[in-house]
Amino acid sequence: MTAALWMFLAFVAATLGITWWSARRSQGASAYFAAGRRITGWQNGLAVAGDYMSAASFLGIAGMIAFHGYDGFMYSVGWLVAYLTVLFVVAEPLRNAGKYTMADVLAYRLRASPVRAMASLSTLTVSTFYMIAQMVGAGALVKLLLPGISYEVAVTGVGILMIIYVVFGGMLATTWVQIIKAVLLMSGSILLSILVLARFDFDPGRFFEAVRSVTWVGKDGVEVTRDFLTPGLLFKPPWGALDLISLGMALLFGTAGLPHILVRFYTVPDAKTARISVVWAMAIIGLFYILTTFLGFGAATLLTPARISVENMSAPLLAQELGGDLFFAFISAVAFATILAVVAGLTISASTSFAHDFYTNVIHHGRERKPGQEVRVARITAFVVGAIAILLAIKLQTVNVAFLVGLAFAVAASANLPGIVLTLFWKRFNTAGAVAGLGVGLASAIILILLSPSVMGTDAKALIQGTPLFPLKNPGIVSIPLGFLAAVVATLLTREPESEARYSELLVRSHTGIGAEKEGAE
Amino acid sequence: MKLPSTPEDPTPVSGGWTDVTPVTHRSPKPPHEQTAAEDPDLVDWEGVARSPEFRELLRRKAALVVPATIFFTLYYFALPVLVGWFPAFMERRVLGPVNLAYLFALSQFFMAWILAAIYLRVAGRLDAVSGGIADRALARAAEKGRAR
Repeated sequence: MTAALWMFLAFVAATLGITWWSARRSQGASAYFAAGRRITGWQNGLAVAGDYMSAASFLGIAGMIAFHGYDGFMYSVGWLVAYLTVLFVVAEPLRNAGKYTMADVLAYRLRASPVRAMASLSTLTVSTFYMIAQMVGAGALVKLLLPGISYEVAVTGVGILMIIYVVFGGMLATTWVQIIKAVLLMSGSILLSILVLARFDFDPGRFFEAVRSVTWVGKDGVEVTRDFLTPGLLFKPPWGALDLISLGMALLFGTAGLPHILVRFYTVPDAKTARISVVWAMAIIGLFYILTTFLGFGAATLLTPARISVENMSAPLLAQELGGDLFFAFISAVAFATILAVVAGLTISASTSFAHDFYTNVIHHGRERKPGQEVRVARITAFVVGAIAILLAIKLQTVNVAFLVGLAFAVAASANLPGIVLTLFWKRFNTAGAVAGLGVGLASAIILILLSPSVMGTDAKALIQGTPLFPLKNPGIVSIPLGFLAAVVATLLTREPESEARYSELLVRSHTGIGAEKEGAE
Repeated sequence: MKLPSTPEDPTPVSGGWTDVTPVTHRSPKPPHEQTAAEDPDLVDWEGVARSPEFRELLRRKAALVVPATIFFTLYYFALPVLVGWFPAFMERRVLGPVNLAYLFALSQFFMAWILAAIYLRVAGRLDAVSGGIADRALARAAEKGRAR
């Protein structure tokens, strides 16, 4: 048990070293918010992967496959395919036309104040929801992996570390925390997969034959044999397949609207590097999800569900079975590193949006009152956001908050993406449309999830008692069309010649990179 | 770890707090020092947007991105649809013990990688086109700046 703690402390020491190093070298706003735009393609690819693959991916999907077989693997597919939207639609235009946030692109031709205020609200909502889910997960994980440490201590520790990375090290430190985490996560997964396959003499045929009939004795003493390649063990009729389609829509449209992923494209020198970094990220993320086959099915066949206490423990317990206590410790430390990197990314995107969009551009109309003010506000925001996240995570200890991740994606897909896509590709689009799209997308995603089985239920664990009024866990299939519809209708009801007049400029800038923010510039 | 360095101004760095006006070689040039090529305000955006070479750039991008997006969306949503409503068909063993459902899910990863690789190739070729458009637009802007 203590080995896990030592490995985790080694990771903390290394990341604090990086924070110290980046605090010493970074000066100025573009260094703080965008790592001086000097991150290379492969580095940013690893950082995007590190920002994206949360503990829910690593422990959650492995556990899903270990307990529900094929459906867990099918669930993981959308998380990679979603990057095609990022690659085709947002990465390059964003880098060419924006500065620090998603709202920069919207504010290019729309009226800055209302659009930035709404985009900032939506960014803070997505980031906070996602962050609370991660922090509660971190606390729960510690209870399982290091029984000596309490939930409160774990959550506070994770919160303080992420605040230190972001407040002192800015984007440069955050980026390197994510890169290290991605390397650790990939090496852990590759090693674990090799150990699993070694048990089957590296014969995939034998491996899948074993997956086809997993036999164990259930809690009630009855022997169960199950074919783990059969679809339908998790997504059951009548709503299962539709729920998966709804989730798929949230992923396909939402990933390209996640603020913490979008800010990553400002850290590279130009649009070409942004594009290359997406492809790097796709290679890493795709390989990881393919490896979850071996982690999840490996846990199912070698441990069987009878020997796994909690779904999330599948991967660490598999590591213990195959590599002993030291490997268990390593995988546990990787899980913590995973959470830390993700929450640091969320904190910096939230504080950047508040400082740049809301404080500087909405309250002070685009002018800093004193040099360095924007960075100072971002640092204070990071501290406040971190403190609130710690308090909320401690309060919500007993609540199942997994739905918050789905909600974050649904909001990103229903509110952010319509705004970004229509600004870039529809000349007639205007401020009223953007504000309506952001508002309706945000509100409908939140309301539908409050009425869904994720929150409403008749059992004691449900947050709201009562029969769910909306049958799906994921609101995407309804809220995404609503977000787009609101944006289009509000646009058609109003006229804004200024927005149409500046469309050519945004179009040319986003496709040619003329006037794009330079590397190293302040 | 070493980050790639930018070609930097050889002038010694000043900027100590004793300087009356702290100047560093990283701060942007004030407007009166900018050459016209560095000032995007002089670019004729409408003209570039209407030019045949820019329309051709957009057309070539759309020729890849639009069909590719339609394809990956259909291919991706075919998975939950087939698995959800045609489970017996997807259950069929096609490669030893492996069924169609698993292979189809696995193929999604390769589909995404292949589309990304194709996009990378095409976009790489278009970089020369968009770079040329940008250079010519900035050169015209510089001329306009000198004429002023």
